Amino acid sequence: MHDKTLTELKAGLQAGDFSSRELTEHFLERIKRHDGELNSFITVTEEQALRQADAADQAIAAGDHRLLTGLPIAHKDIFCTEGVRTSCGSRMLDNFTAPYTATAVEKMAAEGAVMLGKTNMDEFAMGSSNETSFYGPVKNPWDTERVPGGSSGGAAASLAARLAPGATGTDTGGSIRQPAALNGVTGLKPTYGRVSRWGMIAFASSLDQAGPLGLSAADCALMLQAMAGHDDKDSTCLNEPVDDYLGALDQSVDGLKIGVPEEFFPDNLDGAIAENARDAMRELEKQGAKLVKLSLPSIKLSVPAYYVIAPAEASSNLSRFDGVRFGYRCENPTDLEDLYKRSRSEGFGAEVKRRILVGTYALSAGYYDAYYKRAQKVRRLIRDDFSRAFKDVDVIMGPTSPETAFKLGAKADDPVNMYMADVFTIAVNLAGLPALSMPSGFINGLPAGTQVIGNYFQEGRILNVAHRYQMATDWHQQAPGGFA
Amino acid sequence: MSHSGNWEVVIGLEVHVQLATESKIFSGTSTRTGDEPNRHASLIDLGMPGTLPVVNKEAIRNAIRFGLAVNADIARRSVFERKNYFYPDLPKGYQTTQLAEPIVGAGEVEVQLENGDKKVVRIHHAHLEEDAGKSLHEDFHGQTGIDLNRAGTPLIEIVSEPDMSGAEDAVAFARKLHSIVTSLGICDGDMSQGNMRFDVNISVRRPGEPLGTRTETKNLNSFRFMEKAIALEVARQIDVLEDGGEIVQETRLYNGETNTARSMRTKEDANDYRYFPCPDLLPVMVSEEEIQTLRDELPELPDARKARYIEQYQLSAYDADLLSGSIATARYFETAAEHGGDAKLAANWVMGELAAKLNAEDKDISDSPVSAEHLGELIQRLKDGTISSKIAKQVFEACWNGEGSPDRIIEAQGLKQMSDSGELEKIVDQVIADSPAQVEDYRNADDAKRKKKIGFFVGQVMKATQGKANPQQVNQLLQQKL
Repeated sequence: MHDKTLTELKAGLQAGDFSSRELTEHFLERIKRHDGELNSFITVTEEQALRQADAADQAIAAGDHRLLTGLPIAHKDIFCTEGVRTSCGSRMLDNFTAPYTATAVEKMAAEGAVMLGKTNMDEFAMGSSNETSFYGPVKNPWDTERVPGGSSGGAAASLAARLAPGATGTDTGGSIRQPAALNGVTGLKPTYGRVSRWGMIAFASSLDQAGPLGLSAADCALMLQAMAGHDDKDSTCLNEPVDDYLGALDQSVDGLKIGVPEEFFPDNLDGAIAENARDAMRELEKQGAKLVKLSLPSIKLSVPAYYVIAPAEASSNLSRFDGVRFGYRCENPTDLEDLYKRSRSEGFGAEVKRRILVGTYALSAGYYDAYYKRAQKVRRLIRDDFSRAFKDVDVIMGPTSPETAFKLGAKADDPVNMYMADVFTIAVNLAGLPALSMPSGFINGLPAGTQVIGNYFQEGRILNVAHRYQMATDWHQQAPGGFA
Repeated sequence: MSHSGNWEVVIGLEVHVQLATESKIFSGTSTRTGDEPNRHASLIDLGMPGTLPVVNKEAIRNAIRFGLAVNADIARRSVFERKNYFYPDLPKGYQTTQLAEPIVGAGEVEVQLENGDKKVVRIHHAHLEEDAGKSLHEDFHGQTGIDLNRAGTPLIEIVSEPDMSGAEDAVAFARKLHSIVTSLGICDGDMSQGNMRFDVNISVRRPGEPLGTRTETKNLNSFRFMEKAIALEVARQIDVLEDGGEIVQETRLYNGETNTARSMRTKEDANDYRYFPCPDLLPVMVSEEEIQTLRDELPELPDARKARYIEQYQLSAYDADLLSGSIATARYFETAAEHGGDAKLAANWVMGELAAKLNAEDKDISDSPVSAEHLGELIQRLKDGTISSKIAKQVFEACWNGEGSPDRIIEAQGLKQMSDSGELEKIVDQVIADSPAQVEDYRNADDAKRKKKIGFFVGQVMKATQGKANPQQVNQLLQQKL
């Protein structure tokens, strides 16, 4: 069953080929067998999963088929899930049992989804390799000496290893798309405001966006259909109608205009990576798409702008972790200051502390204008670049990541090098646009991904492009050996 | 210590007004007070991971109402920002407030001084923000308890220009603001509960010199304390400067019980609050239409009410000012005047007997045991001659003590003024017969002295009638018979 896509499993459940309980037990069994090696889950919610599976079977028996009825889904441990530990990959929240459930998770549950567990991630979603997790790094199932990317590394690795047929992730600077690329799966970051952030532990509020990871674009469409929509509890969640993503999948791409920014193919880019992305575009060209060269001059400033804005917001968002009301508290604090200092020093890992310090600095009196304000100006320039480009093209494409999965520890002592892993994904978050990464081949046996960026609320369009590509290719169907 | 030469005092106010909305500014949790700690602390108020704020539209409307009442510019777009600092009763580690783009821009307020002068105090701006919780230091054996019931209660902070030159101006301005926000109904104005809090920025200088270094005095929970605290701080600053010292920019905490103040923190201790726009909230956009609707719906404001009292009730400007100043007093007065059928009498009673009684028992007019309707009834009885003003005070007292309505009290205690002149005549005759010496003395006196001496007989008659006789009638009868 685990070699099937979510879409295929849905059909199987409806046809009565197997029950949700059988399906759920199968994946729980696979997690038990393989996750010791991968470490892609922080918490497996077996009991709850089986309860939900039984309820789904009853619903199916009663003819109640919803979008995700009976389908097992793994949620990133950044989403609050009532009664279940929600750690955000941090010692700070190792003891935190969420008292409520995130809207995205709740919406999927309302469509009948079964929660398998909570996936591993970089601490507070800060990282591109999943090495900053308090629960240890996740291994890439294609080569367990390599990283799965991050921060949604557990989600992508569990999918690639077929330990879960569908997963949720969050993407602040590439945290869905980069691990999707490094694990050979499909991952979509929706338009900022398309999916509610309620219950999703904030890293950088103006950039964070939840989205699905799946084995295909069609699976992502199915999950997004359930996740998307307005939420009164999130003021930044937009009140736009949710498109029919599933219905749009099969549209022709004949005449589609694909923008190819020169900035996504810099001179120093690995030739194999560049060639891989060009191959993907050529495939769409075969189906009638037209390639249009263009330039997004401001996106070369996106990494520095991002590493001001994201840490600035994070420094404030993470202030609530003070040892007073929830989460980690140091032993025997001598006074308030000691409580704050030790709880935070002991509760947060090195990368989180680094970003809190960077962000605090960027917002400090005397530096605010030079850093935060300028970064916001850059952000507007980037948005303007994309807006101009989308006057001429329907989607924009390029490589998702400048490299395939790197070795564990390879960049651990070089944060700036690590930050460059998101050089092609970050601009999309700064602009608030939707984008996905789809598997587009292998380089030296490791998956490579191609990014498809759409205009605001054009999730249906980019899913359609990826789906048409996947109709003609089988990269997304490849599974790593050893996890069969 | 006496101070040499002239000093000019420069005062500006920062006023926190707790908005009387049903729910908190970002969470929908009840703003009720008085319940057990943390009863009204929702996920959002606790700053739980993953929670998000949604702004309370009524709080926005209340801020706009205030802005309109002080003729301020209303920002069509205002922005919430985060003010970052750690404190146990600040759950998120930041206060959501406004800084660069507040909802209410520059405005002004006219105040009336005791000598009849008017003065305009400019408002620099007013912004919306959330209140913090409370730290409870008692009953926790050296530890601190946190109560988040108040956390997230909406406030507007009104910042004045430094347009006041002494305690009188400052208190008049503070009272005027109190009157405006209570008239608007956006705040209950209860200063003892901290629902309106005043911080006073004070500096002194020699005439013609640039502004001196200012200090900020906090914790002024009554107008009286504000007046005293200003006097105290002005004297302190002048002392320091005349001794050749320098004023340190600092925040001072006033203690009303001891009439002393101490330094809380100096500028050097000040936090860098690292303000930045709150990414969880969209800018607040207000349309012309909404503003116009709120403008059209504004209730009568203190200035208009005062003008109406002068016009409609022929009250003096001073009386009109006193009665129109607080919405509670104004409502009470108008009800009493209507029920009593005499605005002048109602004004006298409200500012006299009632005010004295409320003051003595430290009660608010809205908690007065004598309702406005009852005071009106009392005034009616006074007007129609049923009781004398002396008896009226007795009835008022009984009514205050909960003995029922004035009519019931008059009836039950037989306090009706004696209108039967035959009966009164008998008593007068009896008093004259019982006091031969005084009668002799009276008859021998000249007119001027008689006027004084007749008082004895009046007193005797009133005593005999238990005060129920009409004093004028008694006087007439005595004059005839003597």
